[in-house]
Amino acid sequence: MDGYLRRKTFDILARWGSLAMVLVALVPLIAVLGYLVMKGAGGLSWAFFTQLPKPVGEVGGGMANALTGSAILVGLACLIGLPVGILGGIYLAEFGDNAFGKVVRFCADVMSGVPSIAVGIFVYGLVVLSMRRFSALAGAIALAILMQPIVMRTTEELLRLVPMTLREAGLALGLPKWRVILGVVLRTGASGIATGIMLAIARVAGETAPLLFTAFGSRFISLKLDQPMGSLPVQIYTYAVSPYEDWHRQAWAAALVLVGLVLALNLLARVLTRQPGQGR
Amino acid sequence: MNLSRNPDATPAEASASRGGGNLGDQLFRILTAVFAGLTVLVLAAMALQMLRTSAASLKAFGWGFLTSRDWDPVLDAYGALPYIFGTLASSLIALAIALPVALGTAIYLAELAPLWVRRPLGILVELLAAIPSVIYGLWGIFVMSPWLRETIQPFFQKTLGWTPFFSGVPRGFGMMAGCLVLAIMILPTIASVSRDVLLAVPNTIREGALALGATRWEMVRKAVLPCAKSGILGAVILGLGRALGETMAVTMVIGNRADISWSMFGPGHSLASVIANEYAEASGDLHLSALTELGLILFGVTLLLNIVARILIWRVSRGPAGARN
Amino acid sequence: MTTIKNILVSTLAFAATTVGFAQTVSLQGAGATFPYPLYSKWMAEYQKIDPKVQINYQSIGSGGGIKQILERTVDFGATDAEMTPQERAKANATLHHIPMALGAVVVTYNVPGLATGLKLSQDTLAGIFLGKIATWNDAKLAALNPGVKLPNTPITVAERTDGSGTTAVFTEYLAKISPEWKSSVGAGKSVKWPIGLGGKGNEGVTGLVKSTPGAVGYVELAYAKQNQMAMATLRNQFGAFVVPSLEGVTASAAGQKLPDDLGLSIVDAPNPKAYPISSFTYILVYQEQQDATKGKALADFLWWAIHDGQKLGAALDYAPLPKETVPDIEARLKTLTAGGKPLITKK
Repeated sequence: MDGYLRRKTFDILARWGSLAMVLVALVPLIAVLGYLVMKGAGGLSWAFFTQLPKPVGEVGGGMANALTGSAILVGLACLIGLPVGILGGIYLAEFGDNAFGKVVRFCADVMSGVPSIAVGIFVYGLVVLSMRRFSALAGAIALAILMQPIVMRTTEELLRLVPMTLREAGLALGLPKWRVILGVVLRTGASGIATGIMLAIARVAGETAPLLFTAFGSRFISLKLDQPMGSLPVQIYTYAVSPYEDWHRQAWAAALVLVGLVLALNLLARVLTRQPGQGR
Repeated sequence: MNLSRNPDATPAEASASRGGGNLGDQLFRILTAVFAGLTVLVLAAMALQMLRTSAASLKAFGWGFLTSRDWDPVLDAYGALPYIFGTLASSLIALAIALPVALGTAIYLAELAPLWVRRPLGILVELLAAIPSVIYGLWGIFVMSPWLRETIQPFFQKTLGWTPFFSGVPRGFGMMAGCLVLAIMILPTIASVSRDVLLAVPNTIREGALALGATRWEMVRKAVLPCAKSGILGAVILGLGRALGETMAVTMVIGNRADISWSMFGPGHSLASVIANEYAEASGDLHLSALTELGLILFGVTLLLNIVARILIWRVSRGPAGARN
Repeated sequence: MTTIKNILVSTLAFAATTVGFAQTVSLQGAGATFPYPLYSKWMAEYQKIDPKVQINYQSIGSGGGIKQILERTVDFGATDAEMTPQERAKANATLHHIPMALGAVVVTYNVPGLATGLKLSQDTLAGIFLGKIATWNDAKLAALNPGVKLPNTPITVAERTDGSGTTAVFTEYLAKISPEWKSSVGAGKSVKWPIGLGGKGNEGVTGLVKSTPGAVGYVELAYAKQNQMAMATLRNQFGAFVVPSLEGVTASAAGQKLPDDLGLSIVDAPNPKAYPISSFTYILVYQEQQDATKGKALADFLWWAIHDGQKLGAALDYAPLPKETVPDIEARLKTLTAGGKPLITKK
């Protein structure tokens, strides 16, 4: 029975070993989240959310500029990237089983692996230099480029799950195909597409590198899309590498807010996919 | 979801087999095709623009760019070797650290875990991937680097300080910090893709091994893993691709000095971090061109890795949309 | 259909808000981190004086300031290092250096057990940054600082990764006092450092030094002061050990006349009381402003800065512009025009 014992031992070792690996994998998650809560909670205050930064070296002030800036940048990126992504996904799902569709899918997969700083360089050359200014628009375009492949692929996957019978029913009622797609298929897959949007927003809300030379940064709250705009990740970076304790405190608080938002979106998206695309 | 795809008539095939259709349909199809095509357009435009901007540097330095150590904006002499070294070294070491943990996690989640724990654990691992890079950088500066400097690096210095890998002064910031933070960041990517690949292996293979009397672990090692081998390799390559392109977390802890050295305690620099540091200020045309060439190298390599990875994963999943047998 | 309509409406709404906020004049500046504490104070104070003007300054380093003003992506640039001839050649219109204030580059360190005021000579300073002096209790440092207990901590050098005017000033000084530095490293906004860790901006270097025991770096005086960090006392060319301070900086500029382009190096100044690594800091602005409203706002701000603004510098240890230089700077500001018409009409 020696051989059997040995095999059994290996089996037990392997089970515990892989469980150990899982716990090791979770250690950084707990460490990061734990420190975020520990160091960030103290920095959250009314002032943090509503005030503008103070001059360098002075204690106090807040990150209202970065919070509103990120909201505007992500919102604008959605405005640009979501229609492109969703319509592109519709094409891939409904019309895209051809060579062109293959090329588009390939490009989308490749784009989702491209370093975001390369996108930043591209948009700097394309938009910032042509407009002769750093702008929120340039930043939003960079984020939209990053967001679009995710939205497109998720839309495609979700729409493919909608049963053919629904489409056939719509066509049988005499609706033109495009109405079938928009009115029936899209509505059915809506919650799935919503999760794709949430994941895309969660991804671009935390992007820093592409904003460094597109949206640049601003210490003011501004709605002007042709001016530089601050953002949460860029300001976290600036404050984190600085020597000022007060800035560190604010960076932790901002990080807590950002991670809270990102994780909330992710969890919500995953919970929603428990019941994918149920009919209305 | 109650109805699976009818393999005989996908929506796309259905629309292809229909006749000309009315004007609204044609227009809609063209509209959506245009938007889908934007993806291709953007990718092509990116590649073209990078090529154009780095043309001056490509012409001036040729292949020597990849082997030269010189990065001197004053003398306008540029060479990518220290940055290529920094990127490769940090990514490969990060991979080496992350791989056993990621594979173990994937195997546990796909094969060995009790059913009720798989979904929540899987979500937790994916949450690791959702945390933005700059947050890891922040944590790296204030939590991990001091810990390295005070605890881990002195330990390595005492025990392995005679090797060239742990020589030098423990400073916290440097290659070791960069590798660790990268390892944490690519771990969830490798783990979740590997888990998906493992789940795509047909159950018949598992049942066959178990029927032959294999223990669970033997089933995994001798039946499932060989089948999933190429997919897992694809996951690893995806992770590597992610590590190569990471910018913020790396630049915040790696020391930002173009050094080629054996020591893990020493500073390093990566392609992405030098671009982030110097792009906004490169006023010399050749300087800008050289930086863009670095971006081109990064872009090209990650592109290549992504292609190889997708092909490998696709081979295991047997189909572009991941159809199950 | 409804999605498309919603998108159209939202886009129009956004466009409307852009137009609606037209009354504020937004000026964009970028560049040196050296004067950033002073500039951020100025811009905050100036907004109280003229609330319509919002000046957004991003400290990305002198190299960035020069590049972005050459690309015209910002309204004004800022640099501590004067533009090189190659850089000047790239300007397609007249671009002026306007001196704004003076500051000091200090050698700051974080050595547990070592108080501020460590004496450094020219040789030891170059030796540290060349990597020749590797520990804090090196014999050469002990010789200069008798009676000071020097710990056996290794030295970690911190330097700039970005194109920096502070680096240009510091390396200019090192090149002057050390032939070895001059031949092996040289001077400039970006140099090939022999050793050390890199940080972005004065903020980054100060942060590196503050968080790494045993570290030493070169930063502007305000950063070291605001973070209560130790600073070295340097020996100037007269053999006097000078503590970095407003007085030492003012002494560096005393009696010197600004040349025609208003750019002057005051490193290693010929004054016994001079702090040897002092520098002017400049704002780069095109003579011909393309937007009359923004040009006027910018010109008015600069005029305020070289007059009333100078009083705010003392609290941050930036020395005011020497009184003899102000008329020349005023004259240069009066040459700023928009559409041919001068922007400053004061006497």
